[in-house]
Amino acid sequence: MQRYIVRRLLQGLVTLFLVSIIVFILGRLTGDPVALLLSEFSTFEDQERLTRQLGLDKPLPEQYAIFLWNAVRGDLGRSIRGDRAPALNLILERLPATVQLASISVLLSFLIGLLLGVLAATKRGSLVDTLSRVLALLGQATPVFWLGIVAMYVFSVELKLLPTSGYGTPKQFVLPVFALSAFTVAAFLRLTRSGMLEALESEYVKLARIKGLSETTVVWKHALRNSLIPVITYLGTVFGRMVTGTVVVETVFAWPGVGRLAFDAVMLRDFPVLQAVVLFMATAFLVINLVVDILYAYIDPRIRYS
Amino acid sequence: MRLGLSAIVTSIIGLVIIGALVLVAIFAPLIAPHDPTKGALSDRLTPPFWQEGGSSAHLLGTDLLGRDTLSRLIYGARTSLAVAALAILVAGTAGSLLGAVAGYLGGWANTIIMRLVDLAFSFPAILLAMVLAVVVGPSFFNIIFVISLVLWAEYARMARGETLRVREMDYVALAQVAGVSKTRILMRHILPNIATSLIVLATLQVGIVIIMESSLSFLGVGVPPPTPAWGSMIAEGRSYVVTAWWLSMVPGVAIVATVLSFNLLGDTLTELLNPARQA
Repeated sequence: MQRYIVRRLLQGLVTLFLVSIIVFILGRLTGDPVALLLSEFSTFEDQERLTRQLGLDKPLPEQYAIFLWNAVRGDLGRSIRGDRAPALNLILERLPATVQLASISVLLSFLIGLLLGVLAATKRGSLVDTLSRVLALLGQATPVFWLGIVAMYVFSVELKLLPTSGYGTPKQFVLPVFALSAFTVAAFLRLTRSGMLEALESEYVKLARIKGLSETTVVWKHALRNSLIPVITYLGTVFGRMVTGTVVVETVFAWPGVGRLAFDAVMLRDFPVLQAVVLFMATAFLVINLVVDILYAYIDPRIRYS
Repeated sequence: MRLGLSAIVTSIIGLVIIGALVLVAIFAPLIAPHDPTKGALSDRLTPPFWQEGGSSAHLLGTDLLGRDTLSRLIYGARTSLAVAALAILVAGTAGSLLGAVAGYLGGWANTIIMRLVDLAFSFPAILLAMVLAVVVGPSFFNIIFVISLVLWAEYARMARGETLRVREMDYVALAQVAGVSKTRILMRHILPNIATSLIVLATLQVGIVIIMESSLSFLGVGVPPPTPAWGSMIAEGRSYVVTAWWLSMVPGVAIVATVLSFNLLGDTLTELLNPARQA
């Protein structure tokens, strides 16, 4: 087990290294920062001075080393906008809003999806089953941003039940979480349902029933446990979906999170911030995947030997 | 390979919708009643024909510039399907090839390719797409390039897994003993046998790509105007949601119907071709 962890950690570090290289290259591809920062009336001497100041006259590998060294120490560049705030600060300010949104959505989708999936599998062919499956199909076919707009229109504008946007009160969480969760609820539902259907046909469930265990025990203790592996696998990839989802949801609902920071940065061509967000998110991603993989190896011993 | 009645019915519905969509996309210039990029300002914000103020000249109404919604919807189908088809073609071919090579040759090829796959998976797709769209600039082919970059890894991963499975088969061993070159084994024995899983994957991915493309268009970094795209139509209609609901609702319904159909098709194919492996 320890060998696997070490191996996985090393893999992760290599990937992180490669990620940083790509982010660095992307940064350099966007064009001359000097031209971006100075007005067109700047003199040649001013441009030269800024170039040297920003370290842009040094050879590329050296620039990369500086970039990496800065990144490790928390200096991810500064926004090109007005107050030239450090990019990392901008990210950290907005991180709580996004983390709250994402974690509530993941938790809710997991619980609801699991519940509906079990119900659909145990009451196969019933109304619950059919409705759940239709919901799942629709959930996976609906784009998150559109669902957000529709929900906003129905619940905020027409019914006036919920606020349209903003962050702070629990009521303002409802619509964004709803839009963000739809796809993942559908996915969890389908995975749980198919896993349960298989598990309910298996030998050990038959044995449990013969033993005289109550149906509740059979379903929730035995069948569910064994159908959870694909669900947990999906949990690993859910965080990726969440990042994508939060960008559009935060844009639709004016949610002050990291996703919207990225979107604003794209619109304003604020490349240092965009670069910082990508680097930050990719790193977070890698760490989460690492943790998930190790947990997975803990649950399923076969993985350790692959 | 038994399919229940409901599965057959839903897959037929899905196929019909997909077929209609493809036809609409191909024959767009003949079917669309108006030019999707030109509108008369005097006609702006006309509601659909069943509402008060609507006209039969613009069945689904017009947008803020007077452009016909139905025509834009039809041409938008073209955009979405074209991007999806090309992106999946590029990503699928490149990814599958790389995955098969990694699985068959093992060793260094495997290590390098798998590290690249990890790399591709470690970038949140939409952020990468946004950054690339800014760096290379939005254009039809750039979007295909961007989406392919995000998509290929999944094909590589699946192709590698399948290759590892197929590699142990007798016919491969026979070919190796007979002295057939590695390239030929790859091309003639391995690739055809892993093709089914990859095709199923491709069908399931069409929906994802369409949603990805529409999300990028919605955010403004997708297919650039004046090319109609469902995502950008939704973005444009966002500010008018109260007064001109059809601007955002209609393209959204189109996306849902399209993705739903492809997902149904993909599910049916999964059941038919991969009975042991669940999606």
